[in-house]
Amino acid sequence: MKHLLGLKNVSATEIQEILDEAFRMKREVLEGSKKDNCLSGKSVITLFFENSTRTRLSFELASKYLGATAANIAASGSSVAKGETLIDTAKTIDQMAADAIIIRHSSSGAPHLIAEYTNASIINAGDGMNEHPTQALLDMMTMQEKKGSLKGLRVAIVGDVKHSRVARSNIYGLKAMGADVVLAGPSTLMPAELERLGVPAYYDVEKAIQGADVVMGLRIQLERQKKGLFPSVREYHKYFGVNEARMQLAAPDAILMHPGPVNRGVELSADIIDGDRSVIGEQVTNGVCVRMAVLNLLAGNKK
Amino acid sequence: MRLLIKNGRVVDPQNGIDEIQDLLIDGGVVQSVGKNLDAADAEIIDATGKIVAPGLVDLHVHFREPGLEYKEDIETGSRAAAKGGVTTVVCMPNTSPVIDNAPLVQYVMNRGKEVGLINVLTCGCISKEQKSGELAEIGELKAAGAVGISDDGRPVLSSSLMRKALEYAKMFEIPVLSHCEDLELVDGGSMNEGYMSTYLGLRGIPKAAESVAVTRDILIAEEVDGRLHICHVSTKNAIEAIRAAKKRGVKLTAETAPHYFSLTDKACDGFNTNAKMNPPLRDEEDVKAVIEGLMDGTLDAIATDHAPHHRDEKELEFDLASNGIVGLETSLGLGVTYLVKTGKLTMSQLIEKMSVNPAKIINFDRGSLAVGKVADVVIFDPDKEYQVCVDTFASKGKNSPYDGFNLYGQVETTITAGKIVYQRNEK
Ligand SMILES: [Zn+2]
Repeated sequence: MKHLLGLKNVSATEIQEILDEAFRMKREVLEGSKKDNCLSGKSVITLFFENSTRTRLSFELASKYLGATAANIAASGSSVAKGETLIDTAKTIDQMAADAIIIRHSSSGAPHLIAEYTNASIINAGDGMNEHPTQALLDMMTMQEKKGSLKGLRVAIVGDVKHSRVARSNIYGLKAMGADVVLAGPSTLMPAELERLGVPAYYDVEKAIQGADVVMGLRIQLERQKKGLFPSVREYHKYFGVNEARMQLAAPDAILMHPGPVNRGVELSADIIDGDRSVIGEQVTNGVCVRMAVLNLLAGNKK
Repeated sequence: MRLLIKNGRVVDPQNGIDEIQDLLIDGGVVQSVGKNLDAADAEIIDATGKIVAPGLVDLHVHFREPGLEYKEDIETGSRAAAKGGVTTVVCMPNTSPVIDNAPLVQYVMNRGKEVGLINVLTCGCISKEQKSGELAEIGELKAAGAVGISDDGRPVLSSSLMRKALEYAKMFEIPVLSHCEDLELVDGGSMNEGYMSTYLGLRGIPKAAESVAVTRDILIAEEVDGRLHICHVSTKNAIEAIRAAKKRGVKLTAETAPHYFSLTDKACDGFNTNAKMNPPLRDEEDVKAVIEGLMDGTLDAIATDHAPHHRDEKELEFDLASNGIVGLETSLGLGVTYLVKTGKLTMSQLIEKMSVNPAKIINFDRGSLAVGKVADVVIFDPDKEYQVCVDTFASKGKNSPYDGFNLYGQVETTITAGKIVYQRNEK
């Protein structure tokens, strides 16, 4: 694998390879404090056209833990904003002999575009509404950690599926791994012909959560309300918010996930965010592990 | 100069001809059509195995002049047209500045004559500066030679202004060519809304963005008895609205473009910006409806919406890339391959859609090979397969989704007013 642009066409074997590597990183590097210099001498650039402190930091730490030189380009404050095209920017970075470029961009397909023009490995850290593969990988890692296997797992994803790259990557990845994905959200926040992705979608959140092993809330952009996609945060929470009562419908040992940051009291009620079933904290830790794994597999010295 | 085209299959639907005949051209006009013609001093073109048809008339091209010559100009556009067998084009007025006054109409037409390859006609704008505020000087536009009025590139936002345009244009017997699009429904979308937009994570453009606008314009035209022509129809529901209106007797014509009968939104896969256009490529159901619309006459004409862009405007993020593809050098091939070879239209019906009907829509005396008519002629090979290669395009624009496609219907010779303006070189 040269790039990680998405999970759309990634096989179960490849996904499992990344997850296995992520578990190794967690055991040896993060918890075992064992030095691993598989990225020493490598340069990793984060090129973020959208603000996201947590994802950028996660990638930067992953690079540093493995001995890489990490540099960050905040695209909004650089020449990028001033008429330079994305391809020009990527070529410039490539000329500086970057080994991996981690890109986040509001346009779907932006990572695919630069992958055609650079020698570096391109890692998609979120492109428009398309994909966010490392988020889905860390979600899958967390599920596997808690549930043992992804096969046959019932995963309910709740919220703004339409605009969610997290949902899309999870759908592709989880389906490849043999999990059963069900979706729930308001009709105005469901993408067209979703059923052709092979996942059932419900407007009734309780139907989706019924018997689920994993309940995943998606972050809702509060600006969507102003665009008329739902009438109020109050009504959204009433019909689609995940709360304790709804979690009771899930499997007895179900876990609760969220890609963060959570709008408390909107997607999830406050009590369950901090409750026993919540694995939101572990997701963050596993995020670093998954990113170490991906960086090593794509750009590592013993690749 | 006299030209004698020998042994071609003359397809001249206007005059009910579809048989092997000779065509003699003299003084720029058709002098005779018939079997075994002889002309001692004439230059002979052997058209054995080829089709000889009236030159194609394309109602919808963007030649980008004045102002946007880095994309295309009237000379390169004319060459592309000649290469595609197109002898008459209607330029859309969304240039820079827009063609909303008589001197600019004259400028475009004069440039076309200076280049001297094909008939370069133009639309003038419906509204001043294409701002949907006040009507442009439609009477003067017509007097200067505009063959239609259009705000193409943008919809006429105001329903009230559209009504006035249809009423006012009636006096001057000039058609209103409408780019039908409800921008509120488009809502920032960059491709057709459906499975592919979900799959690619791109904002979708609902089909109703077209059909709502088409329906509005039809109802207004019906009420004021205006002369409405709908541009680049792409959706099933728009076609059904047009079909129903024609049944009621509304004075209405409509065109589609070759990409709407030969491609679906699957072509956008991989974020292919050469498949990005407006209206966007739709799905199988719409392609089927477009073909049915062509077959039953709901759609009168095929026009390319030839929209050349600079490389830099396409090598971008999909949602930021410009809309449009070049079409002049592939339209006949696509028509022959996807409509005639598949048995959907006869060759004669294809020529009607690409020459006879568009000429009628703008009331331009072309599309016929009758004796005495101006000799605009295309000669093409319906049976030999050829491969599209954008690098060989005469257009400045290489933005085509058809690069590498194998098509039938390669143009051999194009003649405008008795003069050969394009001759394919045998390699
Ligand atoms: Zn248009």
